[in-house]
Amino acid sequence: MRLEYFQMVDRVASLEGESITVESTIPEASPVFEGHFPGHPLMPGVLLVETMAQASGWLLLKLMDFARMPFLMGVKEAKFRSFVGPATPVTVHARRIHDGSGYAVTSARIEAEGRRICDAELTLRIMDFPAPELAAAMRRRGQELGLA
Amino acid sequence: MASSFERIADIIAENSEVERDKITPDSHVINDLGIDSLDFLDIVFAIDKAFGIKVPVEAWTQEVNAGKAPAEQYFVMKNLAARIDELVAAKGG
Repeated sequence: MRLEYFQMVDRVASLEGESITVESTIPEASPVFEGHFPGHPLMPGVLLVETMAQASGWLLLKLMDFARMPFLMGVKEAKFRSFVGPATPVTVHARRIHDGSGYAVTSARIEAEGRRICDAELTLRIMDFPAPELAAAMRRRGQELGLA
Repeated sequence: MASSFERIADIIAENSEVERDKITPDSHVINDLGIDSLDFLDIVFAIDKAFGIKVPVEAWTQEVNAGKAPAEQYFVMKNLAARIDELVAAKGG
């Protein structure tokens, strides 16, 4: 993970049907941990949500062959069950549970060291790419992840 | 079994701040009930699940924006219920 660049996914472990599993390692050091929290570094819950959203986003991009862009628009039933700190490998699972018209809903969870860290239901709006640079960047990163 | 209008009105009341008794067959979902786009997608998701269909919101919106259909055709409650009934019938057929 590169928290400062919002790059939350290190690699794709598997993609089968409408489900994806990705793996990432929370960095050992980051300015984020200087504030959250001094002397007791923890991965912020909002960044765990972002991590689940990005796993969902890569899944949807692949299912749409990178033709359109998913944007996070809703988070429901988010539960943060365990703390997770720096230098921890995490596994993120996301599954599309509904393919709507212009939106999709996923169910996602993060696990680390055999523990459930968090889970949520996410709604993503599916839109045309608003900029060609974004489409190219997503495809480029998708190629690095073995998706594009 | 409740009519499609009643089921959709219940879904709207459950997924927004609109009071159930304010929703009538002539209510425009956006202009009269003030449903915003985020709540509307939650409502569409609930309708998709409840009726086992995929409401083609994008196609409807494109038709309206292109001037090919009046917004009322899709977004006034009684018409929305009729469109849902058509989708359910098409799926069954």
